[in-house]
Formats: sequence, structure tokens, C-alpha cells
Amino acid sequence: MSPVVAAVLQVGLLVGLLALVHVPLGDYMARVFAGDRHTRVERLVYRVAGIDAGADQRWSVYARSVLAFSFVSVLGLYAFLRVQEHLPLSLGMPAMGSDGAWNTAVSFVTNTNWQWYSGESAAGHLVQMAGLTVQNFVSAAVGLAVAVALVRSFARTGTDRLGNFWVDLVRGTLRILLPIAALAAVALIAGGVVQNFTGPTEITTLAGGTQSMVGGPIASQESIKLLGTNGGGFFNANSAHPFENPTAWTNLLQIFLILVIPFSLPRTFGQMVGDRRQGVAIVAVMASLWGAAVAVISWAEMRGLGAVPQLAGGAMEGKEARFGAAGSALFAASTTGTSTGAVNSFHDSFTAVGGGVTLLNMMLGEVAPGGVGAGLYGMLVLAVLAVFLAGLMVGRTPQYLGKKIGRTQVTLVALYILTMPALLLVGAAITAATPALVDASVQDPGAHGLSEILYAYASATNNNGSAFAGFAAGTPYQNTALGLGMLFGRFVPIVLVLALAGSLAGQRPGATTAGTMPTHGPVFVGLLGFVVLVVAGLTFFPALALAPIAEALL
Amino acid sequence: MTTTVRTHQPTRAHPNRVRAGAFEPRQLWHSLPQALAKLDPRHQVRYPVMFVVWVGSVASTVLAVLHPSVFSWSIAAWLWVTVVFANLAESVAEGRGKAQADSLRAARTHTLARRVIGEGSEEAVPATALQVGDLVVVEAGEVIPSDGDVVEGIASVDESAVTGESAPVIRESGGDRSAVTGGTKVLSDRIVVRITARAGETFLDRMIGLVEGSTRQKTPNEVALSLLLSGLTLVFLLAVVTLQPFAVYSGQAQSLTVLVALLVCLIPTTIGGLLSAIGIAGMDRLIQRNVMALSGRAVEAAGDVDVLLLDKTGTITFGNRQAAEIIPAEGLSEEKVAEAAQLSSLADETPEGRSIVVLAKERYGMRARFHTQLPNATFVSFTAQTRMSGVDLSERDGLWQIRKGAASAVMKWVRDNGGHPTADVGRAVDAISASGGTPLVVAERLGEAPARAVGVVHLKDVVKPGMRQRFDELRRMGIRTVMITGDNALTARAIAEEAGVDDFLAEATPEDKMALIRREQAGGRLVAMTGDGTNDAPALAQADVGVAMNTGTSAAKEAGNMVDLDSDPTKLIEIVAIGKQLLITRGALTTFSIANDVAKYFAIIPAMFVGLYPQLEQLNVMRLSSPQSAVLAAVIFNALIIIALVPVALRGVRYRPAHASAMLRRNLLIYGLGGLVAPFAGIKLIDLVLSFLPGL
Repeated sequence: MSPVVAAVLQVGLLVGLLALVHVPLGDYMARVFAGDRHTRVERLVYRVAGIDAGADQRWSVYARSVLAFSFVSVLGLYAFLRVQEHLPLSLGMPAMGSDGAWNTAVSFVTNTNWQWYSGESAAGHLVQMAGLTVQNFVSAAVGLAVAVALVRSFARTGTDRLGNFWVDLVRGTLRILLPIAALAAVALIAGGVVQNFTGPTEITTLAGGTQSMVGGPIASQESIKLLGTNGGGFFNANSAHPFENPTAWTNLLQIFLILVIPFSLPRTFGQMVGDRRQGVAIVAVMASLWGAAVAVISWAEMRGLGAVPQLAGGAMEGKEARFGAAGSALFAASTTGTSTGAVNSFHDSFTAVGGGVTLLNMMLGEVAPGGVGAGLYGMLVLAVLAVFLAGLMVGRTPQYLGKKIGRTQVTLVALYILTMPALLLVGAAITAATPALVDASVQDPGAHGLSEILYAYASATNNNGSAFAGFAAGTPYQNTALGLGMLFGRFVPIVLVLALAGSLAGQRPGATTAGTMPTHGPVFVGLLGFVVLVVAGLTFFPALALAPIAEALL
Repeated sequence: MTTTVRTHQPTRAHPNRVRAGAFEPRQLWHSLPQALAKLDPRHQVRYPVMFVVWVGSVASTVLAVLHPSVFSWSIAAWLWVTVVFANLAESVAEGRGKAQADSLRAARTHTLARRVIGEGSEEAVPATALQVGDLVVVEAGEVIPSDGDVVEGIASVDESAVTGESAPVIRESGGDRSAVTGGTKVLSDRIVVRITARAGETFLDRMIGLVEGSTRQKTPNEVALSLLLSGLTLVFLLAVVTLQPFAVYSGQAQSLTVLVALLVCLIPTTIGGLLSAIGIAGMDRLIQRNVMALSGRAVEAAGDVDVLLLDKTGTITFGNRQAAEIIPAEGLSEEKVAEAAQLSSLADETPEGRSIVVLAKERYGMRARFHTQLPNATFVSFTAQTRMSGVDLSERDGLWQIRKGAASAVMKWVRDNGGHPTADVGRAVDAISASGGTPLVVAERLGEAPARAVGVVHLKDVVKPGMRQRFDELRRMGIRTVMITGDNALTARAIAEEAGVDDFLAEATPEDKMALIRREQAGGRLVAMTGDGTNDAPALAQADVGVAMNTGTSAAKEAGNMVDLDSDPTKLIEIVAIGKQLLITRGALTTFSIANDVAKYFAIIPAMFVGLYPQLEQLNVMRLSSPQSAVLAAVIFNALIIIALVPVALRGVRYRPAHASAMLRRNLLIYGLGGLVAPFAGIKLIDLVLSFLPGL
């Protein structure tokens, strides 16, 4: 079987699986968030935590709840990392330094999972399980909750209530993430992923040297790492490590886990607003962008574009032979298109075109299909923008799902699309303009070095977490600056999205007539896709021209 | 409720109105002084996008002084040109209103008003000193000092100063024709007017403010769009400001002049420069059609209208019943009945009577005769008691009496004169009634023979031609039309079906109308309506777009948010089209503006960095001759496109009623794809010209 046929079959199998699963999963999630019954376990959680599960929150209260929960999470995780050495199951790992602990705490709470350190040599089992993995669940559930609050604002009318954050958080964790993650962990273990509590094992290698092999609760962390679009690996090598991702089959399963919730949420959206076609339009845009990224990266990597790969006979540097160029490209497109950031190959070593697309994928604002929850709300914000621009062209005050897009909505959307580029460009520019920072962190000279800087800041501000390995991020400055990038890149947009939701929920829907612009169908899908590309393209083209584009055209 | 009967007359040329439509390049030249005056930063700061260009112009001028070169001076000059072009667009739009404001101002009175004080005595006070509630006397030849209602008397008034319509109108106390406008002139008789407007707030004052644009406030959608444009400007500001550190890192710092040029090319100057002109021109288009929009919000709301409430009489039908067919009694020919009907109607000056004469002529070829041509005829005119009219002709074989009128009255006449109405006539009468028409029975009596009913004339409300097509058009645009009528449900249904409206409200009372508007609004639909009577006022106020007829009462004019000086209810349809066109123009030019950026990037980015990375020359897809001419060509294109689009901004983009998705597809193709492609050609062309200039 030729590599191209194999690659097409692999993508075809993945798409088929997603097409099959997204309908029942999307409908299930809609039921989870729409229902008003609590399970016994949930009632217990509410009683213990003192939550009034019946309270319906205004957007500001909802936002305060998100921020308060995340603030406490950062504090807790920071403390955990700082006192690690005194805790059981620490495997003798030392406590993290203040900047490193700050960066890691923010990273896991913001669903970024940027790791400045090597997982196996910095975090013991307890921190991995009770600290990092817990955040892997709840940070993803926060994303789900915010997305659901925004969807409710389209579905509800004449109310200032968006639901209850705590209920959404608990339900997202207990009814969606936990069961799927448990199933996935079992599947991964069946596929050969390690799951134990052993410490480092000394082994003698074939060459006669000794090597320290670390086992641990890997499969259980692995499943939520992917399902929650987190990406923080147990090992530094992440999904390239054979204990995390041993075979081509587990590789495909991992990619499926990354994509399954983001691609199912549009269905949830369609169900909740009572018009499935709206969800189909959103998923079509996401899928087209993702498909394009897969196609371009696969083409670049399998063809081995560029002088060095041509000489070497293939672009296999930084890739695992068991996944091949195709399996690596598919993983790369999926991990950067969602805000996952797990890697099974090293994007820094990709061809200029392939690496450039992974960078662009993040710069799109993580909407193809985006992180758990974050992808949906990011795409809906862009849909509001597209509706405003194009809606005028049918001669009416623009409205999306009956909700008028006026000055409040436009202001919030404008701030939203301004936030990430501001953080990314300013952060990257400060590093690029400071020779000492460049010397400390940037491995390669010229255009590739700039790619590394841009990639680091794109990854942090978009809460992706993957990295161009040439960028040494573990310095106090980068730990602090990237931590700020992650923090603001996550919570400023969330507050803006919730404010937008607040302004929409209160409206009574306008009538939909033949004169209203349809927000489903191919014209709107094309328009929205174009808006996503143009917004990112116009913002980042100058910077990209000096980095991957200059590299690729060489 | 009354409505003016005005049929589809062609738009008249108003003596004191600026010609609508065509934009003349000469206007640009005339507006140049105002455009230069607008370079004042205090003016510029109101438009964030253009303010950035203004700051960029100042910066690039300073840079050109510090580091003079052909390139830096050219950039500075063209940046100033960009600002001036945007100002020109606004000035031209405003200039079109100014001339009109001047002619209106001439009508404003500074004469003395005759204020009534006590019984029979009056005093002369300046018009500006009048208070609301004052009574003033106006006699033939005098100008009405301020807005008010006639409380005593009747007069013919020349309102041409306000409406441009030279035919005088009748204004009388009580009823729905009592409102008079300050600045109009009484031609005959004497009236006493109760003043309803404070000095400086009269209709004329508001009109002047409106056409001058001095009272213009940004409309909600315009504010939203400006906010988005400001957001985009900030994004591009960021992209350009951070480009310098990246350029320094890469090893080639950029000159500030080039960075300013890049910034100005990227920010949405095209729409930013034309936005206020589009708004002013939209208002102006309404004014050209003799509609005064008292709030800009209403113009935008007009584009959003989902439901149109149209009065039947005068809007959908001609407003009077007309003879449509003649049904003869058994054994008689249509011609026979037509002749009888015609003879009986010759002296009948009611519209119904005249329509019978017209029908007889058109369908049966019967020459219309003046009743004076029939010396042997004695005409019997219509009275409320007899409810019929007719004629007595002295023929050789005796007196020939013909009567026509309401069925019951004529039938009674037949029986009184010894006849027996036949059953078939009764059936015809019933059939016409059932179809919503009005039957007129025609009967005759020759000599002493028994009278007999000869046939029935079918009078019906005639729907104006072309209404069905207009309603079909509206339906395609997603607008539902509801006909409002005082007729019974039967008649209403018949006319509604004939006209092709979507729904009707029969036997409508003002309360019914109000309830209908509330119901539609509760369903999220925007409602537009016209009205003129005082009893329309609450509904006009409740409707999202309420167009008051200028002939109506001042209560109606106060309640509505637009006034139609022509008092033509059909104009509502045009108002909707203008509202839509305004929004489409904004959206189209915004899309065009943003799509333009792609080509500008391809011109400027390779030009900036080709020295650093020669491979970027591959991005120079336009094959521009040199980096400097590439940057300058982009800046020049950016400036010229503003002036090139001024006519579109003033006229509005072409609007044809269609389904929203068809309209979206079409506009995306023209302004989206066009905006993507056009600058590639434009910049290349400008670069070709520049390549012949020395020093670049």
C-alpha cells in the first residue's frame, strides 16, 4: 500500500468515526446541559461544596464564578508544586521554583498544558494525578461551561440568566469527561499504554548501557490529556513516547479523542438552539479548516519539501517511524487545530510549510475545531462577526439566530478578536527585540528563530501548549511572560464571551423571514471560513512573512 | 379615518428642490474648501479610522522634512490627499442638502403674527415670540407664522414652500385636515390657528436641520460599524507596531515612512472615509423623495421592516368605486343596459357616475355626451332620501324615465311604478354583494308602461395597476403586507385576494390596528405603517416606522417618525427600499475595504523585506517595478479608491428586491470578490505609471 493511500485511508477512517459519534455525543451533551435533574453523586457534591444548584446566574455572576474557581485552582496547584518534595509518591522529585510553579499552575488551569519542564523528571505521581490530571478535567469542563452559557444565550429569550456555572462544571466533569475518559483509558491500556505506580526502573540497554525507565498512571492521564484537549504529557516526549502512544492504532485513537468533543459540540449547539442546520454550518466550517490543514501539512511532510529533507530523502527528522509522515501530520494538524498541544512528533523539525501551518492553525484562534468548549465559543464569536459584516449586505440590521448584533455585541466581538493578537504580537515582539532574551531562549538564527518565538507565544496565548522545541522556555522571564499570556489569553476572551452571552440572552428574537440572512448553507459556510482566514491572515501576515513564509520560499 | 386619494403620479419636478440622483464631478471641486476646513483635528477625531490617517499624515510630513526624498514627500502628500478625499466625500454629501436648506430658510417667517387677545381684539407680535397654545389670525395673502391647528374657519393654503407642490390645499377646523405648517401661505379666506410648536422647533426648523445634516446623529448601526472599524484599526496598528521589532530581529529595520504607509493601507480607510457620507446621502435620498425622517434610527428600522400595514383606500385601491361590468336582466342586451346606465349618469358628477360613463364608452363604444346636448332631458339628482339618480327624457312615445341607484331604492321605485323586479336581477345583486362589490340597479319606465329593472352595474374598488407585482416583490424580500380597511370582511377578502396582499384587517378600528401592531411586535417583527388622522397617532407612535401624511393632523405628524410631504401612502415601499439600500451600501463598502487589504499586503510586504529575504520576491505577484513604487502605488490606490467610490456612497449600491441569500451571494461576489481582485489591477496600473517617473 502506498503511503498516500494509507494516509487517505487513515483520515477516512477517522472522519468516518467522528461522523458516526458526533451525533449521539452531541445530542447527549445537549441533554446533559439542558436537563434539570441532578444525580445522587452531584447532589452530594453540591451539598458538600455548599452550592445552590437551583440558582440561575447572570452573566457577571457566571463570569465571577469562572474566575473565582480558576483563581483558587491556580493557587492550589501552585502550592502543590511548591511543596511536592514533602508529599507521598513524589518519587523524590524536588519542589518547583516559583516561576516554574507559576507557569505550570497557570498552564494547567488554562487548559494550555504548556510544559517548560520534562514531565518525567519534574512531577511525581501525586502531582501528576491529583494536581495536573484534576486540572485536565476541570479546565476542560470550564471551557464546556462557557460554551454552553453562550449557546444558552442564543436559545433563551428575554432573560438575564445563563445557567449555573457550578452545575455546568460538575455535569461536564462527571457526566461527559469522566465516563469517556475512563472508557478511553481502558482502550489505551488495551492498546499497550502503561498504567502502574512503579518508580523509575533501571534497565540495561542492548548496547550495554543503563537507562532509567519511568512507569506510572499513564493511560489514565493520557485519555483526559487528549479528550480534554489539554496536551500535557506524562513524559517530555509526550505522545511520541512509546509508553504514551505505542502503536499506529493508539495514535489514531488519540487523534480521535482530541477531536471528538470539539467536533460534537456544534451538534450540541444546533440541538440547544432548536435548529440543527446551524450546528451543521459551524461543524462544516471547522471541518473544512481542519481538513485543509491536514491536507497541507500531510502534503508538505510526505513530499519532504525543502532542501534538507530533499537531500535526506524524506522529512523524518523529529518523527516516529511507527507513525510515519502521514500519522505525524494528521496528529499535528489536529493538536494545533484544537488547543491540545500534545505532540507525537516535533513541529520544530517539520518542513517550513508544515511547521508554518501548525503555527497558523493556532493563530486562527483555535477554531478548527478548537479546544473543548473554547473552539465552539471562538467560532460563534467569529460567526457573529461574519453575520455583522455580511448581514448588512442583505439590507437589514444584522441578526444571528434572531438576536440583533448591535453596538454592544460588536464592541465585545471586536475586543475578543483583538485580545489574542495583542498578547501574541506584543509578547513575541518584546522577546524578539531584546537580545538577552533571544540569546537565552532562541536556538536557531534568522527566520526559523522568529518562528520559534512566534510559536511559543501563539501556543501560550491560544492555550495550545505545544512548542517548537528549539525555544528554551524554562527561563524565569519566559515562564512569567508566557504564564501571563496563557492567563489573559484564556480569561479575557472568556469574560468577553460571557458578557456577549449576557447581552444576547436578554433580547427577544427577531422574526426570521425570507429577508433575513440565512446562517446555514454553503454561502454562509464559505463566508465564515473566509472571515476566519482573513481575520487571522491580515493580522499575522507581516510577522509570518518574516518567519515561516521566508523559510518556505527559500 | 381619511386618506388622500393620490394615484400613481410620476414624481413631479419640484421648483425648489435640488435634483436627486446623479453625482457630478463638479461637486467635488465646489466642496474642496469645506473639505480642507475639515482637516481640523477637532473634526477628525470624531472618525477614529481617518484620525489615524491624519496622525499618519502629520508624522510622515515631519519625516519627509527630516529625511527629504521624492519617496518620503510623495507618501506624505498622498496621505494628506487620502484625508482630504474622505473629507470631500462628506462635504459633497452635505453640500447637496445645503442648497435645499437655503430655499427652506427663505420660507421661514420673520413677519409679525396677529395674536388674539380676548374677545375680538388682537396684537402684533414677532413669530418667534409665539407660545404653544396662542391663537393667531391669518388672512388671505399672509404667511402662517408657526405650526398649528386650525380652530376656526377654512382656507386654501399654498404649501409649496415646504412640499414643493404648487396646487393649493384646503385646511379647515376640526377633522383630519386641520394642521397647518409655519411658512406656508394662506391664499383665500381667514383662519384662526392654535400654535402647537415652540419657536425654533417648528416643522420647518426641523426640516432645515435635517437637510443640512447639522442635527444628524450617528445611527445605531453606524455606531456599531464605527466600533468594529476602530477595532480593526487597533488590530492593524498592533500588527504594524510589532512588525518593527520583528524586522529588527530579522536584521533590517524599516523606515517609519514605510510603516506609516503600511498602516494606512491596512486600516479600513475606504469605508472609514465614506461612512458619514453614506449616512448623509441615505437621509438625502429620502428628502429627495419628499420624505422627512425625523430620526435616523427610523431610516435604518425601515430596512428591517417585516410587516407593512397599508390602508386599502388610496394605497391599494384608487379609493373610489368604479363600474366594472354590466349585467343585463333576462332578455335584454348589455348594450341596452349600458345605454340606460350611461344616460342616467351623464349629469352624475360622483366618481361612481363618471366611471359608468367611462365604462360605457370603453367597453360599448358609446360616445360620451354632455348632458347639455340632450335638450329634452331633465336630470334627477341624487338625494340621501331617494338614494338614486336618473334622467327623464321626453321621447315621441312618451316620457322615458331611467333611474339607477342602491338596489333596495330602485326596486322600490319599480314596484311603486307598477312593475315587478325579476328574480334574476335579485340574484345578480346578491352575487355582486357576495363578491365584495356594490350593485347599482338600473331601471326604466317608458310612458305609462310598468317600470322594470333592466340590469345591474357592478361597482367595485379597483386595485391600482402593478400592486400585485409590488407585493410579490415585498414577499420575496420577506416582508408581509397587511391591508387595513373599514370594509366588511367579505369585501376586504375580495380586494385582498385581487391585490395579492398577505393578510387583511377588516372593519378596522384604531384599537384593532394598535392590537395588530403589538401582536406583530411581540413576535419579533418590525412594523411600518402610514397614517394621517388623529386616531392613527397611537398606532403611528407604536409602529417601528410610522409615516405620517403631511395632509394629516399635527397629532399624527408628532406621533410618526417620518412625514411624507407628498402624502402618498404607497411611498412606504420606497422608504423600505431606501433603508435597505443604506445598510447594503455600508456592508458592501466595508467588505470591499477589508478585501482590498489582501492585495495591499502582496504589494507592500515583499517590497519591505525583499532586501532581507530575496525569496520574498516570489510574493510580488503583481511584478511591481521597485519596492518604493510598490509602497507608493498601494498608498495612491488607497486614496483614489475613496474618490472612485464617492458616487456609490452617495447614490447607494444598486438594490433590487430579492431573497436575502440571493442578495448576499450577489453582493459577496461583487464587493467581496471584486474587492479582492480590483486592487491587484489598480496597484499594478499605478505602478506602471510611477515607473516612468524619475526619482523613485
